Amino acid sequence: MKIVYTDVLVIGGGLAGLRTAVGVKQRGFDTIVLSLVPAKRSHSAAAQGGMQASLGNSAMGSGDNEDVHFEDTVKGSDWGADQRVARMFTHVAPKAIRELAGWGVPWNRVKQGEREAVINAERVVITESAAAHGLITARDFGGTKKWRTCYTSDGTGHAMLFALGDQTVANAIPVMERMEAVALIHEGGRCYGAVVRSLVSGELTAFLARATTVATGGYGRIYRVSTNAVICEGTGTAIALETGVAELGNMEAVQFHPTAIVPAGILTTEGCRGDGGILRDVDGHRFMPDYEPEKRELASRDVVSRRMTEHMRKGRGVKSPYGDHLWLDISVLGKEHVHKNLREVTDICRYFLGIDPANDWIPVRPTQHYSMGGIRTDHRGESTTLKGLFACGEAACWDMHGFNRLGGNSVAETVVAGMIVSEFIADYCADSASDINVSTGLVREFVERERAQLDALVAGRGSESATAIRQRMEEIMIDQVGIFRTGNELDRAVTELEDLLRRSRNLAVRYPNPGANPELVAAYRLPKMLKLALCAALGARQRTESRGAHFREDFPQRNDRDWLNRSITTWPAPEASLPKLDYEAIAVTDMELPPGFRGYGTRNHIDHPDSPARHAEIEKILQAVDADDRHARQRALMPFDHLLPEKYRPRNQRLETSA
Amino acid sequence: MSNETASAARTLTLRILRHNPQDPASEPRWARYELEEYEGMTLFIALNEIRERFEPSLQFDFVCRAGICGSCGMVVNGRPGLACRTLTSTLPSEITLAPLPAFKLIGDLSVDTGQWMRGMSERLETWIHEQAETDLHALEERMEPELAEQIYELDRCIECGCCIAACGTARMREDFVGAVGLNKLARFRLDPHNARTDADLYELIGDDDGVFGCMTLLGCHDVCPKELPLQTQIAFLRRKMVTVS
Ligand SMILES: Cc1cc2nc3c(=O)[nH]c(=O)nc-3n(C[C@H](O)[C@H](O)[C@H](O)COP(=O)(O)OP(=O)(O)OC[C@H]3O[C@@H](n4cnc5c(N)ncnc54)[C@H](O)[C@@H]3O)c2cc1C
Repeated sequence: MKIVYTDVLVIGGGLAGLRTAVGVKQRGFDTIVLSLVPAKRSHSAAAQGGMQASLGNSAMGSGDNEDVHFEDTVKGSDWGADQRVARMFTHVAPKAIRELAGWGVPWNRVKQGEREAVINAERVVITESAAAHGLITARDFGGTKKWRTCYTSDGTGHAMLFALGDQTVANAIPVMERMEAVALIHEGGRCYGAVVRSLVSGELTAFLARATTVATGGYGRIYRVSTNAVICEGTGTAIALETGVAELGNMEAVQFHPTAIVPAGILTTEGCRGDGGILRDVDGHRFMPDYEPEKRELASRDVVSRRMTEHMRKGRGVKSPYGDHLWLDISVLGKEHVHKNLREVTDICRYFLGIDPANDWIPVRPTQHYSMGGIRTDHRGESTTLKGLFACGEAACWDMHGFNRLGGNSVAETVVAGMIVSEFIADYCADSASDINVSTGLVREFVERERAQLDALVAGRGSESATAIRQRMEEIMIDQVGIFRTGNELDRAVTELEDLLRRSRNLAVRYPNPGANPELVAAYRLPKMLKLALCAALGARQRTESRGAHFREDFPQRNDRDWLNRSITTWPAPEASLPKLDYEAIAVTDMELPPGFRGYGTRNHIDHPDSPARHAEIEKILQAVDADDRHARQRALMPFDHLLPEKYRPRNQRLETSA
Repeated sequence: MSNETASAARTLTLRILRHNPQDPASEPRWARYELEEYEGMTLFIALNEIRERFEPSLQFDFVCRAGICGSCGMVVNGRPGLACRTLTSTLPSEITLAPLPAFKLIGDLSVDTGQWMRGMSERLETWIHEQAETDLHALEERMEPELAEQIYELDRCIECGCCIAACGTARMREDFVGAVGLNKLARFRLDPHNARTDADLYELIGDDDGVFGCMTLLGCHDVCPKELPLQTQIAFLRRKMVTVS
């Protein structure tokens, strides 16, 4: 049995995993990164539009600061977020941008003087100040009060991931490619590492570590159409679930992006609308102002996706062999802007649709995009129930996104969480409590269990086809656990997924090679994916309200009285066919921003009984604090500084000193 | 979208170079598969269909399937390119696919570019050598907007390996850093955060494994899926290296 020891095992080589590895390495700990693919090919590379951080340099971002970013994030989450975590995040985001600039990310910069932009389909002139010249600029994104999304053209994720990939090499951190974690090793509520399978040779290795970090990204591929890379299958989240100890949070909170191209499902960034692009229907009519007169195309993602679907249901979609779609029109931005600032979009349209978006409209429709749910952690990034297991990035439910994350807040989360969580991991590793006292017997048991399962698949005694079951799962998810949900359909989804999970325990593999074998890989991942699908479907079934991206047609109101909580799922036993569902309350009494109207459609939610009291209390507290000192006001309401690693506590400097 | 009159569906023949180095009995061989083409079919779709219907063991790599991540570099009808964004309609009905040469073969169309890129990166130290540690809490260093754009232009390399596969020198000299490596140095050279001088670079690339190994055959430039100005960058670096030598 092969065993490798390290201090910190990082499963996942995307933005979150690499930033975590760099952080612990710089604190003097040994670390190994595992990845399914070369790290720079992780899905993070595909992020186009940008990263939110309240620098407030550009004219349209003037007056921005952590408070505004915090408010946008919490409202965006439909009050599902952990507000302390949202505060930690918005405070560190400017530092993360600046760190990355130092590592070479060529953020687009403010150019002093006048420039043309398109706002609400009209050309306007924006004047940038001389004082801001050369500082990092930002573009508009949905659901934000200020232009706050920093970017490098529309290749932001690529530039960030390559800078971090370079830092990983600079820090001599080994990255083991084509290595897949297939189980976590744990005993008595403590995680000791993972069983890892080589995708090239099929060999199993046990990696033992003081701390194990899951940074494996989202689980979008349980849906038939997704903007996610094909490797976003959520297996990292699933192996945490399969411990039976670690908790997953809010698995039903799945985001649909308004503008993926039809039929390929490839994303065109929100930057298209942020920069002034508009949505049109079959008649060429711009319909979003009819539904959301104020925010129009730049309402929050969940809102735009629902409005688009609603409009298509009214028969206003464009018919195509691949189903109905709508049009995204960025030709209004002019050729120069499209070809320079929306280059990836131009390439994608050129290669996959054969059109030039500077002239032609792009066929789009809402498509699965982001997993708000994931491994439930505390503010330090450690699993709430399995010690020594940490998680960050899209794989985690840390929980700054609640039921809907804002565009640009996700790549920001990956690096910010990497910065913060790596400090806590390092603290943990420095403590003797993290010593690895585990018997080789236990390790052997975990490795043998995986080997036996793989052997059984290769022996080929099963009779079910992984492809057929997987396709059915993907269809159920998109049709019945999608943008609009109802109790009846969710009931059927849960029942059928349960059946699929049972059948997935009897899979046949045609090609009996234990080494590189794509069919075998698909087979052993399938039950893991089905378990995640069940967590999402059951969570959605039980949540009889609508919040953020979770929309129940039979319960269209947000219901703070009964549902201001986080769904928590665990897997009770290996042979179980349903997860166990619990709820973690979100207390209104210590919120900085108690629940209120989110600003879309009409005001229509059921209040939490504690809300009026908290609002009154806040008013009273603020009366006693200097009205001009925003930091003091914030601290009086909900202190969070003490939760941050000390090195990230100092305030962020801005151009406008009043900010 | 265009209203092209539907032409009769073609039958595609895909010839794929297959070999599994993990299996001692395996020998490189050409395998043939036939598929009905349909509108919008890419090599990503075609290969997955072949795997699903005929050949569960067929190895290839796709990740983003959107032309962004560079995983699916392979030789398509003799020319290195990204398979995911290659529409079959742009190819004749007989399509040959082979793995990128110059990289270690993992199996069939899958090659190990990751290890190669890491080696190159370690050798050339392709990262910012910072002059001073960034103060995370203070205003960022200023940069001219045009310069940032210029850096991004070169930063767009996705390490797909196509330039190496198309390079005459890379096939002869195992240690040649290739257009990908030279372009990176050109990129970091532009960056004001970077402390390395041209003399430092000369130490790294002032020989035949570096900038003087290039035979200006333009293979890299022609095949780069991101259309990076590779030859211009190599020529520019060469002039700079001649002056510091
Ligand atoms: C097309 C697209 C565009 C986007 N644009 C934006 C944007 O503009 N702004 C924004 O904020 N967000 C954007 N997002 C979201 C954002 O890109 C992701 O949420 C974020 O990059 C996730 O990073 P991560 O590090 O958590 O995971 P990933 O980058 O997905 O990395 C996961 C890593 O885990 C590895 N892995 C997975 N499973 C295993 C396993 N079992 N064993 C070993 N390794 C494993 C993978 O190999 C990979 O290295 C976009 C998303 C998409 C789909």
